[in-house]
Amino acid sequence: MKTVVLVKQVPDTAQLSPTVDGLKLSAPGGLRIVNPWDEHAIEAAIQLKEVHGGSTTALCVGSLEASEALKTALAMGVDEAVRLSDPALDNPDSLTTARILAAAVRKIGAVDLILAGRSSIDANHAATAVQTAALLDLPHVSYIAALNVTPNTRSFTATRLLEQGRETVTCRLPAAISVVKELNEPRYPTFIGIRKAAGAVIPEWSLADLDVDPTSVGDSSTRLIESNLNIPSASKAELEIIEGSPEEAARLLVDRLVDEGVV
Amino acid sequence: MSRADVFVWIDHRGGTADPIAWEALGVGRRLAADLGGRVRAVVIGMDIANLAQQAICRGADDVLAANDPSLKDFRLEPYAALLTRLINGEAPAVFVTGASSAGLELSAYVAARLDLGLAADCTSIRVENGSLIAERPVLIGNLLSTVTFGDTTPRMISLRRRAFPSADEDPARKGEIIPVSVTLSEDDIATKVESFEPSGGGASLTGAKTVVSGGRGVGGPEGFEPIRALADALGAAVGASRAAVDAGWIPYSHQVGQTGKTVQPDLYIACGISGAIQHLAGMKTARVIVAINQNRDAPIFQHARFGIVGNLFEIVPTIEQEVRKRLTP
Repeated sequence: MKTVVLVKQVPDTAQLSPTVDGLKLSAPGGLRIVNPWDEHAIEAAIQLKEVHGGSTTALCVGSLEASEALKTALAMGVDEAVRLSDPALDNPDSLTTARILAAAVRKIGAVDLILAGRSSIDANHAATAVQTAALLDLPHVSYIAALNVTPNTRSFTATRLLEQGRETVTCRLPAAISVVKELNEPRYPTFIGIRKAAGAVIPEWSLADLDVDPTSVGDSSTRLIESNLNIPSASKAELEIIEGSPEEAARLLVDRLVDEGVV
Repeated sequence: MSRADVFVWIDHRGGTADPIAWEALGVGRRLAADLGGRVRAVVIGMDIANLAQQAICRGADDVLAANDPSLKDFRLEPYAALLTRLINGEAPAVFVTGASSAGLELSAYVAARLDLGLAADCTSIRVENGSLIAERPVLIGNLLSTVTFGDTTPRMISLRRRAFPSADEDPARKGEIIPVSVTLSEDDIATKVESFEPSGGGASLTGAKTVVSGGRGVGGPEGFEPIRALADALGAAVGASRAAVDAGWIPYSHQVGQTGKTVQPDLYIACGISGAIQHLAGMKTARVIVAINQNRDAPIFQHARFGIVGNLFEIVPTIEQEVRKRLTP
């Protein structure tokens, strides 16, 4: 089994506080973590390697600081990590990112399964993994909460966690998947893993290395333009603390909720 | 063929519309009116004649209807192949879908195939001087991103659940239902659906009008009993904080927040939930938030409309009784 896991580095939302808002956190120099959903994809890739053998490579599109996310993946147990970066890339959108990831998957070659988290906690498009699959002409199976790969039949069975229930599907390999938290519990890196990762030199592939024409990825603005990024205005109602015995409080609360038209 | 037409994909399961489809159709009607085009529903499935008729009653000018056994369940490959072909043939200006699990991936896949701009999970969309302007929450709702589109058409848009009103229904509306053929044969499709197990009991969390949630303060799996009882009295869905899910007290499918579900109910009752930023990410846009917590300093109170400081095991069952008393005729 040869797998690739797509990793994104995102702002550490745990740092949000009354003094650190979203804009401050997103600015250069803000603390970064591995996108929480992606940790489950990394864990799944490592487990597949442990059960079926083979190798797994983590890919991340991003500037030098994104190496830290790849080092986390290495410390957890992926075999290789490659950072995809180029001066021609300026804040790439999901489709541009997918183009670069797809090119890297082609360069690695003979990949059986691409794994990713269901979405990123920052950009929230839930698109990059799906679009990488689309560009590689691979099937994509999303919201995976249980996974059973059978390499000898070149297929897998997965349980998908959907709004109205759980769907079980089978799919042939090669394929791409995105996963949800229920799939597994990401392992903590071991001490040896952390030491190994700290010393690792993470290769960087440029657009030229990937044989990608810079004009095909250079201008995301032909598709979607972010004209503004704001802290949402808080149209927050004033808090009313309801006092009294449980019976009194319950009666008053239900009165209020009926007045608000929500009960 | 008008270049100002709006396509709306109608999400459904087994011919029953997901309510988010009618929210998308409502937005589609508004955009089509503003752009001077038609709103055209795209209905893909098996035995979907009723659903196609409902789309007309909800305001679609016509329906492109693909009816085939291979389309019975949503599968990305055949649905995306069909939609890609329809978009190429009919050249709409805008494509709208709900940001359901299926809508998100369908719009992303098609956008990649056709090199289109995509704004996912939008909470606001308007036409200004002929251009579309959308707003979407990013960084788990801590920032609001305003986006416009480049030159590619159609503009691809998915809409956050319950962020827009549902299209009204008028059985007198008339419109043509245009059959369209399938694109892929079953042999071309890598994914097979083996089974579907509907969530047992309780309302669906993401689409719920009312959510009652429990957190660390419920203390254990049995602590969710009063939460469930109140949810049952209100016809509400049961949610949970990450702390309660990670402790194994309730399945992950109930988790609300950064690595769980995002909900936008009319009423959210948070019981024993402190209100970590990751939890707030999933629920803070609820219309009315009620916080029940022993700790008056818990951050959840800063986001609540109503608060009760006290022991949830005394308060929640009392609220349940009060609700049952009022709702019993």
